[in-house]
Amino acid sequence: MSQPVIDATDVRVWYGTPRGSVKAVDGVSFAVQPGEILGLVGESGCGKSTLGRALLGLLPAGAKMDGSLLFKGEDLVAMSDKERFAHRGTDLAMIFQEPLTRLNPLMRVSEHFTETLRSHHPKMRASEVEARSLEVLRLIGIPPSRWKAYPHEFSGGMRQRLMIALALVLRPAFVVADEPTTALDVLVEAQIIKILHDLRRNFDTSLLLITHNLGIIAETCDRVAVMYAGKIVEVGDARTVFRDPQHPYTRELLRSTITLATDGLNSIPGAPPDLVDPPPGCHFHPRCPDAMTICPQFEPLLLARDGGPSRVGSDDVACWGTRTAALTPQQRTPLVREELAVADEA
Amino acid sequence: MRAGSLPRYLLQRLLLVIPMILVLLTLVFFLLRVAPGDPVTATLGDRLPQEAIDARRAQLGLDRPLIVQFFEYLGQVATLNFGEAISDNQPILGVVRDNGGATLTLTLGAFLFALLVGIPLGRLAGRRRDSAGDVVIRIFGVVSYAAPVFFVGLLMQMWLARPLGLPTSGIASPRVMFTVSAEPITHILLVDAILQGNWAATGDILVHHVLPCLALGLLLCGIFIRLVRVNLLQTLQADYVEAARARGIPEKQVVKKHAFRNALVPVVTVIGLQVALTLSGAVLTEKTFNWPGLGFKLLQYIEVRDYIAVQGIVTFIALLVVVMSLVVDVVNALIDPRVRYQ
Repeated sequence: MSQPVIDATDVRVWYGTPRGSVKAVDGVSFAVQPGEILGLVGESGCGKSTLGRALLGLLPAGAKMDGSLLFKGEDLVAMSDKERFAHRGTDLAMIFQEPLTRLNPLMRVSEHFTETLRSHHPKMRASEVEARSLEVLRLIGIPPSRWKAYPHEFSGGMRQRLMIALALVLRPAFVVADEPTTALDVLVEAQIIKILHDLRRNFDTSLLLITHNLGIIAETCDRVAVMYAGKIVEVGDARTVFRDPQHPYTRELLRSTITLATDGLNSIPGAPPDLVDPPPGCHFHPRCPDAMTICPQFEPLLLARDGGPSRVGSDDVACWGTRTAALTPQQRTPLVREELAVADEA
Repeated sequence: MRAGSLPRYLLQRLLLVIPMILVLLTLVFFLLRVAPGDPVTATLGDRLPQEAIDARRAQLGLDRPLIVQFFEYLGQVATLNFGEAISDNQPILGVVRDNGGATLTLTLGAFLFALLVGIPLGRLAGRRRDSAGDVVIRIFGVVSYAAPVFFVGLLMQMWLARPLGLPTSGIASPRVMFTVSAEPITHILLVDAILQGNWAATGDILVHHVLPCLALGLLLCGIFIRLVRVNLLQTLQADYVEAARARGIPEKQVVKKHAFRNALVPVVTVIGLQVALTLSGAVLTEKTFNWPGLGFKLLQYIEVRDYIAVQGIVTFIALLVVVMSLVVDVVNALIDPRVRYQ
């Protein structure tokens, strides 16, 4: 297999707060192949967006990143700010959640594109800027007649198309799309998803699609990574994971999805853990229906389904429940939850 | 004209000026009548026989019903006829012409100082939030805004004038005043001196401008510093600024074209609103520095309760404020395309 566009190993992002460090991303490893779409799902506050921002070096002041994050073999974590900046836009791009506020209201569409292209190609002629921009806009479905328009003259869906076009006009190898359709209505959502899905055909771009919408993942992604409390708990081929989820959290997440066939609402009891002081062992054990005695004692590693080490393209899971054969009978006994009951009453 | 076009917006805005001026004129007229004191007794003294006072009132038309006087006043304003002062029989337009120039150069100088100093300082403070420089600039901004103009003016006269060799009173030395105003061209002393090619006089007039402009400018400066700083802090957090960074646009350019430029939009609006404040500040500054401007004249006329003169000058100032707010709206519409669509 060719060299991955993004190869992350044990990436950690911690935010300093008065209460202590928030371990927003806590030892995450994954790889994205050229032209591949990797979906990243999880509840709000599980570290998805932080991971996306970390890839572009857009973390706020007070955030610390560690581990190794290779972009085509170069480590983005070890790089100086200046070197990392050089990758922004041309190699790594980002599409944000709220298209309505992401364009400068005082600048015309043409000015946005001119500024973006000229920042990276200072000598590009005005005619070439326009030709390149209009080409991308056409593919995205915005007519050339809107070239001189202002952002407020577009609807939300159109503005998200503009944001996508602005990211793609530089032909980046890797795009992070952070919940790109959350603020849009369903029909527009479908259009945007189709555009993102067609990206690799038109631009040969890899995509990290961050969302909490499992339907979008199933529709769009080649592979999916499920994140819980700053860690990836399951990753693999999107179809395989959806058809046969191994991790109890993935299962619960899938059961919570609302479809026409839904005849009752399912939710996962409890709330995502405090990332300053996460529970010991497997972070999910306080909410896990299948928790065993070992779960709060030792953290399960992310291993291939068959129990072997994780390989490129393998389907991995981090759960003791898939490795019961290796456990002692004592470790296998269901977890007795006294503390939880006490906490509930309090 | 299509909706949202600039000419259409301007026309709408111009039409709105008419009711605005009407309200202003009504307020000016009735507030003055409600205020205690009487122009005839104030000018002629109250020892005159009642018949003489009544005769003077009748002569001025003050004995007629208020509503009649009001509509007559409106008619006069519509034809730009502000009448003559009761106390010294000067035509009001002449007073405005002869004294307006001094106020104009004073306020423009103050604005210039405030813009050139306040906006860069505000930008610096916003850019380096919570640094030592930011703290110093913030304190300077609060103090210069809170200190009364006449107090700052007095301190300057006491501490700055002598070591710097700056004059503390008037717009020019008496000699210069005499020669330059002998042949008025625009009735703006500074401009006339330049047009006459009298460079010595020009220098003298400019030197006289320094302290009054500084005193009035400091007040505005404080406002601009705080305004630019707060707005810049806000736009630096804006989503479109982060998006611009994500596209790899250099930080300098992000600050300049996305954060700072957008932060200036509300500043322009406030500059327009400050015109009124500056004019009232100018009254105090003129009094402190014996500045022969409109405010100085206005105070003189108020002392003798000269209805006609006060009414005329206040109306003129009100018209000026209205015109300035119109100008600001137009500038705003030119900068911010969203304004045209309201």
